[in-house]
Amino acid sequence: MFVRLVYESFRRQKRRKMLAAVAITLGVAVATAMIAVATDIGDKISRELRSYGANLVVTPQEDTLDLQIGGVDLKPPSDGAYLNEADLPKIRGTFWHHNIVGFAPMLPVQTSLDGKNATLLGTYFSKQLAFGKEEFVTGVRITHPWWKVQGTWPDDNSSDVLLGETLAARQGEHVGGTIVLGNGSHRVTGILSTGGPEDNQIVAPLSLAQQVVGKPGAVRRLYVSALTKPEDALARRDPKSMTAEMYDRWYCSPYVQSIAFQLQEAIPHSHAEQIRQVAQNEGTVLSRIKGLMLLVTLASLLASALAVSAAMATAIFERRTEVGLMKALGAGNVAIAALFFVEAALLALMAGSVGFAGGMVLARQIGKSIFDSQIAIEPVLFPIVLALAVVVTFAGSAFAIRRAVKFDPVYALRGEG
Amino acid sequence: MNSSTTATRRQNVPHTSMFVRMLLRAAVMRRGRAASALVAMVVAAAVATAMLNLYIDVQAKLRKEFRNYGANVVVVGHDGQQLSSDALQNVNSVIAGHGLAVPFAYVVARTSDGQSVVVAGTDFEQVKRLDSWWSVTAWPAGASDALVGVRAANVVSPHGEAFDLSFQGKTIHLQSAGTLRTGASEDSRVYLPLQQFENWTGVQPSTIEIAATGSPEEVNSVIAKLSQAVPASEVRPVRQIMEGEARVLGKTRATLLAAAGLIILTSALCVLSTLIGWVLDRRRDFAIMKALGASERLISGFFAAEAAALGAVGALLGFTIGIGVAAWIGRVNFHAPVIPRFNVLPPIFVGSVAVALVAAVIPMSLLRRVAPAVILRGE
Repeated sequence: MFVRLVYESFRRQKRRKMLAAVAITLGVAVATAMIAVATDIGDKISRELRSYGANLVVTPQEDTLDLQIGGVDLKPPSDGAYLNEADLPKIRGTFWHHNIVGFAPMLPVQTSLDGKNATLLGTYFSKQLAFGKEEFVTGVRITHPWWKVQGTWPDDNSSDVLLGETLAARQGEHVGGTIVLGNGSHRVTGILSTGGPEDNQIVAPLSLAQQVVGKPGAVRRLYVSALTKPEDALARRDPKSMTAEMYDRWYCSPYVQSIAFQLQEAIPHSHAEQIRQVAQNEGTVLSRIKGLMLLVTLASLLASALAVSAAMATAIFERRTEVGLMKALGAGNVAIAALFFVEAALLALMAGSVGFAGGMVLARQIGKSIFDSQIAIEPVLFPIVLALAVVVTFAGSAFAIRRAVKFDPVYALRGEG
Repeated sequence: MNSSTTATRRQNVPHTSMFVRMLLRAAVMRRGRAASALVAMVVAAAVATAMLNLYIDVQAKLRKEFRNYGANVVVVGHDGQQLSSDALQNVNSVIAGHGLAVPFAYVVARTSDGQSVVVAGTDFEQVKRLDSWWSVTAWPAGASDALVGVRAANVVSPHGEAFDLSFQGKTIHLQSAGTLRTGASEDSRVYLPLQQFENWTGVQPSTIEIAATGSPEEVNSVIAKLSQAVPASEVRPVRQIMEGEARVLGKTRATLLAAAGLIILTSALCVLSTLIGWVLDRRRDFAIMKALGASERLISGFFAAEAAALGAVGALLGFTIGIGVAAWIGRVNFHAPVIPRFNVLPPIFVGSVAVALVAAVIPMSLLRRVAPAVILRGE
């Protein structure tokens, strides 16, 4: 009888339940989408923050002092130590290699252009490299996203070059022209604009810079762009003073410090350091945005819960006559409450499932349109969201059910509600 | 006696006040239902206000955080030449408090054992504020105190002892006050107070780093003004900083807007369902009014006015609460209250009243089809 009551009530009173079902569906969809966005926003924003460029720099361990003023390197090429280009792919073998978005080696050398001193900067643009069987692409186009080229980027295996925009304007060079350096003439495939010292330099494939300076395989500095976890107390500790267990935890967390440590392990005779301007501020900005989204998600959960409760209350309130009839026929308060609660639970489960699917689509749309990438939805979210939907629906119904049950059947049947 | 005076008074009262009295009575008599409808309205308006306020203000809040990335504009002399002596003054008058300008002067000096090292002169008080990421063991206080980069320290003063530097035959004796770690070229430099640096080398600043606050348009107008104010110089935006900021900010605001849209939608739905229930609940009033001969227009007007009044009161209360919520979020997350934006009020007000009216119209059109007798009989 109870089952039949529930079944019939579900089958017959569709219109009355529509509003509640729509509210639950929408509420669950919004809650799902917001939870998905909030859990993923850290990762997404941290990728966006990579547009600030590299957060780690690797230099030779035995290096002499940099003599750099306004980005112009005054150090003679004979001076100081170099990293070996052949060691670079080993970065892909480090523990946190999935977090390393890209890296770019730099080799500034002095050369002369039309009789005047000029700096030639050798680097990777988007170089194809292999580590073991794994192939990957890296270079300044990934690590320095604010570099803009008018024309085309040179091929990494060619001897074509880019001219900085200030230098190009001074020389009267255009895209497609040629410049003569010490060892021959080179095609200018593009004009580079960076807003930095490179605007006054010639930027060329690394191999060309190595030829010019006569040091094959030499790299002066290596910029690494890595996804990191904001620094905390553990991150700042000296790994030498840690217990074994603590060290493992430190080593296996993507702190900028532990990634620097692993880079040093991967590249012989190197010293890796965080670029504090980028690395330190990243953490603050990230935690602010994450905090903001968390609070906004709470607000959205609250709004969804209220919408569901309100709709349930309305739906039940409308059925007072029915309650009166049931009571007049001798149904106990418990039986009536049970009927409503089972109905509410069924409604929450059904509308909740639809809402969850809708929320997934919504989250995907948000991810695609804002971040150009998928927002991952953990399957574990499904039972959690459903349970939440049931709890909220119950909570929303409870007050209305209590009032409906307490109502005198005589008044209800006479229609004096 | 008493009843007759009441009757005369009733006669004298104009027709419109009956309308108002019914409105007020309806609100007071059915307190429970009216209150729950009002609560829904207030919550929805509050959430919408907080979200819109946050959406507008988050830009300013985050920009402040982004200024920690340091300078977004640099002024450099042509080809590394020194800037004129009034350059800093001109720059400061252009930015006029909306930012920070820090001068830097550079030379390559020699240590006592003949090694080259870059020495910079600057204003430490300003650098502290501009480059907050500098990790410094102790800031220099005295005139002959220097701040030594960690890599430079290995060369000039490995044990923190005093050291000599010479430039064009002039030697200066310096104390190492503290070391500096940034992970960039600053690590290889020695920093001196600007006055001391100028006395020693006679070299003026060649670079002024500026952290200009405001939107990209405001920063661009500062750049345009600076190029006029400081002759023989190049003024350029630090694209790395400006583009990164624009990107992250854009994405954050877009996410927040999407969230705000969804939340406002759900709150509107909440209000709609509560109000529909509220109006449906009063179908007996509707039937009695109709049975007593009220025209449909009057009844519709009555319910619409009631809903509009509810929407208006809800919007005002909700706005006040929403401003408070936004301020609280600002304090918790950004450690600065979100400034109340009163231009959010009109859309919230109009939106609330509109939702309330829609919520009144839907059940009205349902009720209109039903004969009052049916409702009064309780069917």
